[in-house]
Amino acid sequence: MSTLQQRLTRPSRARIGREKTNWPATAILAACAFSVLMPLFVTVSMAFKSAGQAVDGKAFSWPDPFSVEGFTAAWELVNFPRAFTISLFITLISVCGGVLVASMASYAIHRNWNRKFYRYSFYYLLGAMFLPFPVLALSQVKLTGLAGLDNPFGVAILHVMFGLSFNVLLFTAFMRGLPAELEESARMDGASTWTAFWRIIFPLIAPMSATVAIFAFLGSWNDFMMPSLIIAEQANQTLPVVQQLFQTQFSNNYHVSFASYLLAMAPSIIAYLFTQRWVMSGLTQGAIK
Amino acid sequence: MALIESTVSAPPAAAPRPARPRRRPSMHLLFLLPALACFTLAITVPAIMGIFFSFTDSVGFGEFEMVGLRNYAALVTDPAVLGAYAFTIGFSLITVLLTNALAFLLALGLTAQIRARVVLRTVFVMPMVISGIVIAYVFNFLFSNTLPAAGQAMGLETLGSSILANPDLAWISIVIVTAWQAIPSAMLIYIAGLMAIPYDLYEASALDGAGAVGQLRHVTLPLMAGYIGINMILGFKNFLAAYDIIVGLTNGGPGVATRSIAMTIFTGFERGDYAYQMANATVFFLISLLIALIQLRLTSKESK
Repeated sequence: MSTLQQRLTRPSRARIGREKTNWPATAILAACAFSVLMPLFVTVSMAFKSAGQAVDGKAFSWPDPFSVEGFTAAWELVNFPRAFTISLFITLISVCGGVLVASMASYAIHRNWNRKFYRYSFYYLLGAMFLPFPVLALSQVKLTGLAGLDNPFGVAILHVMFGLSFNVLLFTAFMRGLPAELEESARMDGASTWTAFWRIIFPLIAPMSATVAIFAFLGSWNDFMMPSLIIAEQANQTLPVVQQLFQTQFSNNYHVSFASYLLAMAPSIIAYLFTQRWVMSGLTQGAIK
Repeated sequence: MALIESTVSAPPAAAPRPARPRRRPSMHLLFLLPALACFTLAITVPAIMGIFFSFTDSVGFGEFEMVGLRNYAALVTDPAVLGAYAFTIGFSLITVLLTNALAFLLALGLTAQIRARVVLRTVFVMPMVISGIVIAYVFNFLFSNTLPAAGQAMGLETLGSSILANPDLAWISIVIVTAWQAIPSAMLIYIAGLMAIPYDLYEASALDGAGAVGQLRHVTLPLMAGYIGINMILGFKNFLAAYDIIVGLTNGGPGVATRSIAMTIFTGFERGDYAYQMANATVFFLISLLIALIQLRLTSKESK
């Protein structure tokens, strides 16, 4: 863990005799960075155009005059507050549920690794890591419909369950690196399993919880496939799914559609910019495991 | 390590401690059982249901009969299904190569002695946090408006009209957008790998007279082989399940030129092909499993 942090923050893979700034590399990377940012720039510039200017479909022209009419129209058209709230609801349950369910299950498995039942449970949960959603989709749509879970709550539950395999793997690996003495001494003082988990273990696994939370956030906030299939009521659709509206209708109101795309992208980009360091080390940690 | 710890907390067989050891496992069971139960209902039951219905002629509701392997026999001669598999596998292979080549180069660049490292890294990771369908809609606009306009201005005939409407070229747009979004995660793995290479190896090879290219070939690449393998497998597995970005760009079209396996499976809702597409999903599952086994082999070799 600490070595990883050091690795990530270590200045560079400096080679011998090359301590000077590598300007060609900097220039090439800067050029590449512009190509990454280009679609985002187009989104912003199109979103702030007026109806009259947007209609020509020129992507790179600067908005003149600056106009927010696209935003007011998009806000109404897709019912942004509602779609945003539903996305937020799904994401909150996916993130909190993902961390809690996986960490508690991992704790039980980790503590009882010498018992067959827990060991087999671990392998059982791990099995789903190889199941892509399309494989289960047809049955899940049918079952969620029968269970009355063809709604945002059902989507959130499925997100938690699909994430369980990978998260249990991450948590158990992390718990193996924790010192056992802390918990044992709390036990001596009479702490119950419940107290020991919440007071000792849960704070200790915080770094891994952050990783799990980031993956759960990205997976549920940005998802299109699962909500579009599972949620039956169109009015309960998530922010990414309601963007479909602009492909079927209003397809030439570019300023409205791009304002809506920007509204859909902005929350995760802003969240990312503010939590950048965490996200970076969290994603790397999850990716390496 | 895990074994030592758990033997500490488990009741010793010879001299059982009073009361507490018996209470603890039951609490642990409470920690695990809800997760197991929900998991079984949400994942295992649908999986078994899918495999079961793949041997029936169900249309999704009402009565059905067992038909044995008839669905599977029909699958291997169905041009729509074979086309989807060919497209998805081909697209995944090309995307995986493009993604990893670019991600590796970016990782090399970002770990070199450059300026503005933090800003550049922030920018390069950004595509990862953006919704696939939304960015696909943005690219959809660029491919169907901006690119044709540029093509006409330069007098290029093929680019003069939208490549999304061209059955021979539409896949390129999907490769570009998928790679745009998939590069960051591969890049982060490569950066971590590059940072782990001991500094002295570069010193030693420099003393032996290796230049930058020599160091890349004889130090960096051999040591990164494991990371490259994992990235390739992970990427390939993800791309096989492609759906969001294709919906946003071509929606499987023009015609069925860019229809992915996932899209074919989902037609099971629309045309009464429920059981048939269950068989398709089962085949897709077996392929995913095969890739997962390769991945496991690679990872276990890595950790040894």
